Amino acid sequence: MKKVLKQGLIAGLVLAVSLVAAACGNSGSGAKEVNLLNVSYDPTRELYTEFNKAFAAHWEKEKGEKVSIKQSHGGSGKQGRAVIDGLDADVVTLALGYDIDAIQQAGLIDEGWQQKYEHNSSPYTSTIVFLVRKGNPKGIKDWDDLVKDGIEVITPNPQTSGGARWNYLAAWGYALHQNNNDEAKAQEFVKKLYEHVPVLDSGARGATTTFVERGLGDVLLAWENEAWLSVEELGPDKFDIVYPSESILAEPPVAVVDKNADKKGTREVAEAYLQYLYSEEGQTIAAENYYRPTLDSVKSKYKDAFPEIKLFTIDDEFGGWAEAQQKHFSDGGIFTQIYAPK
Amino acid sequence: MHSSTSKRGVLPGFGITMGYSVLYISLVVLIPLSALLLNSTGLTWEKFWDVATDSRVLASYKVSFLTAAAAGLIDTALGLLIAWVLVRYEFPGKGLFDAMIDLPFALPTAVAGVSLTAIYSANGWIGSLFEPLGIRIAFTPIGITLALMFIGIPFVVRTVQPVLQELDAEVEEAASTLGASRFRTFRSVVLPELIPPLMTGFALAFARGIGEYGSVVFISGNMPMKTEIAPLLIMSKLEQFDYAGATAVALMLLIISFVLLLLINSLQRRVRKTAK
Repeated sequence: MKKVLKQGLIAGLVLAVSLVAAACGNSGSGAKEVNLLNVSYDPTRELYTEFNKAFAAHWEKEKGEKVSIKQSHGGSGKQGRAVIDGLDADVVTLALGYDIDAIQQAGLIDEGWQQKYEHNSSPYTSTIVFLVRKGNPKGIKDWDDLVKDGIEVITPNPQTSGGARWNYLAAWGYALHQNNNDEAKAQEFVKKLYEHVPVLDSGARGATTTFVERGLGDVLLAWENEAWLSVEELGPDKFDIVYPSESILAEPPVAVVDKNADKKGTREVAEAYLQYLYSEEGQTIAAENYYRPTLDSVKSKYKDAFPEIKLFTIDDEFGGWAEAQQKHFSDGGIFTQIYAPK
Repeated sequence: MHSSTSKRGVLPGFGITMGYSVLYISLVVLIPLSALLLNSTGLTWEKFWDVATDSRVLASYKVSFLTAAAAGLIDTALGLLIAWVLVRYEFPGKGLFDAMIDLPFALPTAVAGVSLTAIYSANGWIGSLFEPLGIRIAFTPIGITLALMFIGIPFVVRTVQPVLQELDAEVEEAASTLGASRFRTFRSVVLPELIPPLMTGFALAFARGIGEYGSVVFISGNMPMKTEIAPLLIMSKLEQFDYAGATAVALMLLIISFVLLLLINSLQRRVRKTAK
């Protein structure tokens, strides 16, 4: 017993030392190597792992310079806060423009960041779809079906989850269009919808777990890419994806963190990095990870993977993130009114 | 000679150790707490009051304090039982059992939360047994209490255990030779000695429960006005970059907890005094 313990301790010690050595070695030897830090949100982990490899190869061919890109993932709002609090990000690729706006307001990003790249600085887009149990036993086809008796809807809390804000706004937009833009009716619809939500998870992954593992609810409101990933990972024999008649165009934006890039002298490569997301290769990687590409050539190639549905944007329908945030999710906003005591 | 030693105090080095104590308390407790206070100064007094007493925030305090108190009380009873068994009886595997008590300390609370939810949700091992009886555990205050019991139990066991160990068995023997029943012996001889550590254990478990976040968010269901805990509201405000609002709620939570702990402490002191 004692011997085992001793050996274990030694093994642990050796491991720790070699890890430290490896970490030091990495930063020491790569004098000519450029380091980029991409601060992103949770579900983009696989996407950027692949994209970073592609970009590093591209950059080395182009400029003969080695670039190593580090990734940081977490909740979108949390990630935004980390950058504001001093996380040395060169670029941010977050779930909502609102989170990047917050970094801009902290003075780290220059104004007008959303116009810097094409398509509102969103190289790939997504939308909100329904994940239902195999065979769609409750016959859910569209948003209206979500508020029928006996339907339980799983969606996270829009006040703690960036992704959940897209879900909420998608439902709101649909209700507006169904009721000739009558706001009171839209509010009634969304209120009714949230009465069908038995559990408000704090994040998107939590909601997926609740739906998939705990077997709670009849339908999960999810990002299109997350829904496809769930189906792919958990087996196509368990879940179906339902596309509603219309939904919101989710535009996860990207931006260079100007202050940090200038300080570290990485502006050129940071800008090229984001620009490369729009290239043929970048767009293909996005499409392969179930994000909707914006480049026409790639778009047409993956036409069958992304069914055409009517999509409305946050700018057209809600006047941008700042306004949507203020009106719906702030203290005393419409979402808090939904839960106000009668 | 004699007078100089008494002037210097019993132990040497008061100056240095006091310096270190003050330094560490400042670095680890006082400065972070004052930063919290500073963060909320972005608010006017009225705005602070509005945020801290919003109906949803009040409901979340209620959930947090009631479940923490319930969990603390249950832990106090259970903890006493566990400590009693561990101190007074010999059984195979006792060492292992004893070591296991501390595991909730080591486990990341989120892991605890996820596993508890998996077990107690309607399709989990234990949850599925209660479901036919119409009792839902996960996603209700019962689930929250359960999670808080899990993370609070070591506090009670570890404060009661040493006191119980020190307790002189001879005093109990004397009581019984004087004709006291076993229950009487427990009530009049053993329990008075245990009340102070039990109160400390309760206070610790309770305080831990109020601030607990990781293990609760998974099992609570987070429904506003019903099962939403105050720490989650703080997180949701931070998520929306509302630092001042978040610190306002946090500060309120801190103040209430502090007052409650102060109350428990003074009560405990009184109990100790009357026991002597």
